[in-house]
Amino acid sequence: MMLHGLGAVYLREMRILKRRLKRHLLGMAVSPILYLVAFGTAMGAEARFDGHTYLEFLLPGLAAMTAMTQSYGTATEINIARFYLHIFEEFQAAPISNVAYVLGEVLSGITRALIGVALILGLGAATGVVLLPGPWFWLAVVLNAFVFASLAVFLAMIVTGHGDQALLTSFVITPMAFLGGTFFPLDRLPEWAQAILHLLPLTHAAQAMRADVFGQAPQAMHFVILAGVGAAVFALALASVGRARD
Amino acid sequence: MIVIDTLQKRYGKTVAVDGVSLHVPAGELFAYLGPNGAGKSTTIRILTGLTRLSGGTASLGGCDIQRNPIGAKRQCGVVMQHVNLDNDLTLAENMDIHGRLFGMDAADRAARTAELLGYVELADRAGNLVSTLSGGMKRRLMIARALMHRPRILFLDEPTVGLDAEIRRRIWGLIKKIQNDGATVFLTTHYIEEAEFLADRVAFLDRGSIRALDTPAALISRVGAWAFDRLTDTGMTTSYFPDRDSARAAAAADGEGHTLRRVNLEDAFLTLTGKTVR
Repeated sequence: MMLHGLGAVYLREMRILKRRLKRHLLGMAVSPILYLVAFGTAMGAEARFDGHTYLEFLLPGLAAMTAMTQSYGTATEINIARFYLHIFEEFQAAPISNVAYVLGEVLSGITRALIGVALILGLGAATGVVLLPGPWFWLAVVLNAFVFASLAVFLAMIVTGHGDQALLTSFVITPMAFLGGTFFPLDRLPEWAQAILHLLPLTHAAQAMRADVFGQAPQAMHFVILAGVGAAVFALALASVGRARD
Repeated sequence: MIVIDTLQKRYGKTVAVDGVSLHVPAGELFAYLGPNGAGKSTTIRILTGLTRLSGGTASLGGCDIQRNPIGAKRQCGVVMQHVNLDNDLTLAENMDIHGRLFGMDAADRAARTAELLGYVELADRAGNLVSTLSGGMKRRLMIARALMHRPRILFLDEPTVGLDAEIRRRIWGLIKKIQNDGATVFLTTHYIEEAEFLADRVAFLDRGSIRALDTPAALISRVGAWAFDRLTDTGMTTSYFPDRDSARAAAAADGEGHTLRRVNLEDAFLTLTGKTVR
């Protein structure tokens, strides 16, 4: 009963995604292609890290970053639903719980993240870097997407307009994308910087995913931190849905 | 069916709804009439769970909107003043998602979608995207969607605002039909003729408070039966009379430049609130 309505929320997002899929895939591909060309091919062609080419190093990081941006993209969809289409009122006026609503949106964010990561792996294969991700890789993708989709719902509920949403993206997502272990190995930084960057969930996702595709067992700590942060942000998202009523 | 007791909504120091109390029995078509900013939409938003109340209580079909919000929401359908449809989905998909939100099974959703799209004369557009519809069609689709789960109460917030006269009359016919099919209808409008034509009872709302509440005929009779309007240097003044003869006598004594007519709901609104409906 508590989850009644979850399917409707998720299905709505999926139907919209399906209708816009071609445009969406093109949009998803633009940034990773630019990063692959600029950082992977042009700058890092000769660089090697722990016996791997820079492209091999970069690709799992890009996958982690894509999982983050795609799941966080849920915020934009909710924003449009709240302030432009007003369709959010349909959910508010429906006899469904906040848990069902938030879970429906978070699951749609995770789905977008999985599609985005599959696209990155495909782009990597097209450039000659074939990664064979195992279950730990996909678990890290799902947990990473859980964190950022929950964050997306939370922030989308507390903003008062499109402008606020863009501002939050600039302050939260953009720094995380560049500092979360995507483009460079953190162990080359001073210890104090490493300590700070290990506070970012994306760092743990990138390190777990990279370890898996490099044939190493990822540290359990990465998953524990991602699950813990995800649960905390999910709780914030739940609490914020009621506050979205004016 | 709808019971509201001293309902209040404040936004900071602004009082949007100020102690409204009313009771709408089952099967009634109740109109909430007032100028823009009177608190009409805020009342509907509170009753349908979109806005938190600041004070008072309300129940829908016996379910308190605060203690049992899910039960209260099951009772009602709502058509908001602004269009709130999914443009990227088809008409049938919009109906289907609504049915799912209210826990309808697949067979019921399909049958009800076909029935209601026929009801609002949009059956041939079921597979089209909502973005291809005109404003009047979107309004009819919103009404059909609100009826999808067979609500006992239908809230209509300015259902004909911005529509041309022909479409407005089609929607009036649809609203009457919905009432005749057994629903309780709570309608907000600032079109006086809409309230006069449709409503069993009308409440005049001004600055968040109900100034008068009765049947249209009773509200009109409080003012008189006949009126004559007189043009003056500062605008138009209207005088009211209990019968035609006394109105005609007063008009004859006044000379040229007047119009003799029956009193309508607008006269009642102006007299009882001292306002104009904007």
